[in-house]
Amino acid sequence: MQRFDLAIIGAGPAGMAAAQEAATHGLRVVLLDEQARAGGQIYRDVDRVADLRGDILGPDYTDGRRLTAGIGRDGITHVTEAVVWAIEEDFVISFTKDGKGAQVAADRVLLATGALERPMPLPGWTLPGVMTAGAGQILLKQSGVLARHAVLVGSGPLLYLIAAQMVRAGTPPLALVETQTKADLARAGRHITGALRGWSYMLKGVKMLAEITRARVPRYTGATQITIEGEGKAEAIRFTSGGKARRIACDTVFLHHGVVPNTQAGRSLGVTHRWSTEQSCFVPVLDASGGTNVPGIFIAGDGGGIAGAKAAEIAGRIAALRVAEEAGHLTQNARDQRATPLLAALAHERAARPFLDTAYPPCAEALGPADATVICRCEEVTAGAIRSYAGLGCLGPNQAKAFGRTGMGPCQGRYCGLTVTALLAETNGRTPDETGYFRIRPPLKPVTLGELAAMADPDAKVSDGSDH
Amino acid sequence: MKPASPFLELHDCPRVTVLLDGQPLDLPEGANLAAALLAAGVEVFRKTPVSGAPRGPFCMMGACFDCLVEIDGVVRQACMVEVTAGLEVRKPDGVGDATV
Repeated sequence: MQRFDLAIIGAGPAGMAAAQEAATHGLRVVLLDEQARAGGQIYRDVDRVADLRGDILGPDYTDGRRLTAGIGRDGITHVTEAVVWAIEEDFVISFTKDGKGAQVAADRVLLATGALERPMPLPGWTLPGVMTAGAGQILLKQSGVLARHAVLVGSGPLLYLIAAQMVRAGTPPLALVETQTKADLARAGRHITGALRGWSYMLKGVKMLAEITRARVPRYTGATQITIEGEGKAEAIRFTSGGKARRIACDTVFLHHGVVPNTQAGRSLGVTHRWSTEQSCFVPVLDASGGTNVPGIFIAGDGGGIAGAKAAEIAGRIAALRVAEEAGHLTQNARDQRATPLLAALAHERAARPFLDTAYPPCAEALGPADATVICRCEEVTAGAIRSYAGLGCLGPNQAKAFGRTGMGPCQGRYCGLTVTALLAETNGRTPDETGYFRIRPPLKPVTLGELAAMADPDAKVSDGSDH
Repeated sequence: MKPASPFLELHDCPRVTVLLDGQPLDLPEGANLAAALLAAGVEVFRKTPVSGAPRGPFCMMGACFDCLVEIDGVVRQACMVEVTAGLEVRKPDGVGDATV
């Protein structure tokens, strides 16, 4: 089996920067990514799309080409369309590519698996036409596909970004239905120092809001009682804002109330996680250079805690330097010299987070959904069912699986896990840390018997699928 | 005739023919299959095996498994597949039908 010094899972900003940094110091790197082209979700398909739609998507997106250019060099084997489903003993990594199983091994592994949209279970959120805001953005980035009659629902900067991009593309959303309140903004005031340090993010926010306002997109804030209506597909959204009940007819709803770390791979390896009160999600416990409690396993980027693309890139470099030192390619002094300015830059990138996290908190109705709302999309389990399990003595998410299959469908809890933890914690009067999370085991993604049977010769070399 | 779609395509691309539930459909070659089907006016991609509820793409990044369709006999995520000429796509039809 082909063995590398470092395997990186995910070719987003953290993964690409780490690969480039590690290769610079002489490490042999394999970069495994699910997509056909590098970029991750934030820079999805940037090499192909920047010239086509760069004006709509903006310089923060086209900037991703700097990173994709950095991975086309000796020392980096970029395996595209590789769906990793197991990382096991001796860091043997199993993945599916082109309908066949394959394996590589590495001395160390960097998980750069990024973020998922925070689950937003509201009545009607499983209807066709209801998607995450991230999905809306991916449609625009990769495919140039835009919703004609969309309502954006939730809170956070991404909602403004996609609204501004839709305005630029000539199909402004019908409305923004925002769940944050003036009280949230007032509470965020105590983080104003950080916001001022991260002034460039604030300025971008102000500019996006100005674009949205200029396009006369209605904004409703402090929205509650949100319900998506429709027979077989989304047809309208109902909500209350400013004391008034409203209904907007639409065929597309984009949901967003923040993103959360994708922790599946780290959990399968026994990485310790803790509940972050500030970000209302579980985050892996990391040292300053992305090291975990599992020797040889590192995490960088949003998968280690949400801080955005620029921070992810820096964290990727910091982790790569640490790996280079452990592998004997850098002295401690040389590493320190390179890492010190990066650590300062990372702190700067993270400065505005506490303000943003407080000003745009998750939507309360989606954190504690009504009993009738489906929270597990795959197995169609309702919030009421989870609460009833708690009444029967169910303390944790793993036990909840036995009660009603929640989290046991193909998404493996990615879009219900945090909700199940929240509902059990609330009903049992325990903390999220006490309640815990699903035990994640391989396969991390479904794998067919056919793919296993077609498993490549273990001595075969993995091909570099990149276009470089 | 192209059915009315809630979605608009910004750029025109060369198209190839695929079969959707046996009917020919012209989609942009090399496009993301889920995006291309949405733009072609396909809103419901499948009915769930649990209750027969209709579903369409939700995350577009290979995480949610709501855009599952059967492609050339294998159930796959439409958002992780590129359009090529001659793809045979079938929408799973509810309780008892294909899933992963």
